[in-house]
Amino acid sequence: MTDAAAGEPGSVGRAGAALGRRLRARLHRSGKALVTAVPYAWLLLFFLAPFVIVLKISLSEAAIARPPYEPLIEMLEYGVVQIRLAFGNFGYLLSDPLYTVAYLNSVKIAAISTLAALIIGYPMAYAIARAPAGWRGPLLMAIILPFWTSFLIRVYAWIGLLNDTGLINSALISIGLIDEPIRMIRTDFAVYVGIVYSYLPFMVLPLYATLERMDESLVEAAMDLGCPPWKAFLAVTLPLSLPGIVAGSLLVFIPAVGEFVIPELLGGPDTLMIGKVLWQEFFNNRDWPVASAVAIALLLVLVVPIMAFQHFQAREAAAR
Amino acid sequence: MKGPGRFLLTWLALGFVFLYAPIVILIIYSFNASQLVAVWGGWSFKWYGELLRNDQVLSAAWLSVRIAAINASLAVILGTMAGLTMARFGRFRGRLLFSGMIAAPLVMPEVITGLSLLLLFVAMEQAIGWPGGRGMTTITIAHVTFSMAYVAVVVQSRLSGLERSVEEAAMDLGARPGKVFFVITLPMIAPALVAGWLLAFTLSLDDLVIASFVSGPGSSTLPMVVFSKVRLGVSPDINALATIIVLVVSICVATAGWIYARRERQRALDARMAVQAEEGAA
Repeated sequence: MTDAAAGEPGSVGRAGAALGRRLRARLHRSGKALVTAVPYAWLLLFFLAPFVIVLKISLSEAAIARPPYEPLIEMLEYGVVQIRLAFGNFGYLLSDPLYTVAYLNSVKIAAISTLAALIIGYPMAYAIARAPAGWRGPLLMAIILPFWTSFLIRVYAWIGLLNDTGLINSALISIGLIDEPIRMIRTDFAVYVGIVYSYLPFMVLPLYATLERMDESLVEAAMDLGCPPWKAFLAVTLPLSLPGIVAGSLLVFIPAVGEFVIPELLGGPDTLMIGKVLWQEFFNNRDWPVASAVAIALLLVLVVPIMAFQHFQAREAAAR
Repeated sequence: MKGPGRFLLTWLALGFVFLYAPIVILIIYSFNASQLVAVWGGWSFKWYGELLRNDQVLSAAWLSVRIAAINASLAVILGTMAGLTMARFGRFRGRLLFSGMIAAPLVMPEVITGLSLLLLFVAMEQAIGWPGGRGMTTITIAHVTFSMAYVAVVVQSRLSGLERSVEEAAMDLGARPGKVFFVITLPMIAPALVAGWLLAFTLSLDDLVIASFVSGPGSSTLPMVVFSKVRLGVSPDINALATIIVLVVSICVATAGWIYARRERQRALDARMAVQAEEGAA
């Protein structure tokens, strides 16, 4: 091999180089394809396929078996395939007011919490965006840091604060402001506090990102032209920060609708939220088909906000 | 440009009180000697001692840490590939679906992800006999699926903020794409990879809902054990456990942030030196 190459250096070397180039180009293409294909396949199998299965099981009937549902497609004798679609699970969701109330309540609680997070988060983001440049990094870090500490523990911390014998009530009683403890734990109020507290960083970060990019001289120009500060804010700052408001609100609203831990730990027995209902359907009643139908219906409620979020994400990525 | 006014600063300070007070109070009360949570009975380490003797908590913590480490490593590999695809490969067929599958896990309610993955595992076990039973493997797969989306977003945003000139120069000089990636791109996105790894690690360590769906008997993770205790009310040893978790995570994140900031400063300095040297030569 070496001898042959040495004997005829010209032609063989050229052919070899051309072959090598072609091989390398092909290797490059297939390498690139592999880089895409591996995560793509993973997500198709473990993210997309499961939804198809949820849809399938939501259409089957519950059974006392392992797993606890009837097969959708059955091979009968003589090669006849029987397909049974049980839309009963969805009918059941509609007929039992528990589910409708839970859906409406989830959307209501998530919407109010999102608004509260926006009202609390907006001035925080604005303050950080207008802070001296050297301060912004550490301040942002301080916003993000709670997000890194355990979600479960942050929710748990509020049980100790909101309890009838908890810190807030004890403090209020000891300074004589109230005689009886105010009932806060196991109410909707506690759920609002929990959601706002847990998701506040998600609201502040996108708000900060748009407010920081904003050209402050526009506000100054408006004020120079005699616009009072509040009007300048409403006419200039607020519209310009709309992308941040939308992104932050979606980041809070979507997960909050399906929240389970917060209503379970802070809410009362009458705090109906759909994530809690799904959990109970699955773990307590072991009714997998109804749990699947609840999940599909929850997805239907969320599909528009999720699409909006994804569209937004793609546009932001393109703008950078 | 003028700084934030008094109103904004006060609001920001109150916001930070809201964010940090519950955690600080939790930490203080973990040193409370009293069994009653609301009554202060003097300083004590006794709940920490109790925690260290609790085998259930310890074995759950060990399981959680192992899952989190494996998850973070896999998520960084898959997430980097996904981020690279999104930031560098331009248009290809199926890109829309791909970007959708990257963005959706970030906001998908956990109960849906958990339920759907469990049903997938059950269906797969029926069809091909894998995974045999549920436990560490299924929890890890579930965690990788949502963690990789977070890593992909971090890596993608880092990549799109980078100058491509260095990569292009290396290509022009004849370096192969694979080599360019490992020698040029990888060191430049290293901070994003570290951040992604830490993020994936803590996300996994923190997950209760998804793990509850896809775990099997005998494979309770730390959040599952904590949750079953917390459901019964506040207990001082959970305060102690919470304090340990909060401190470990804060120290890791603060250290990583500090190293990152120093590296960035160093890089900015190097760049300035290089420009000055060039100007000096010219």
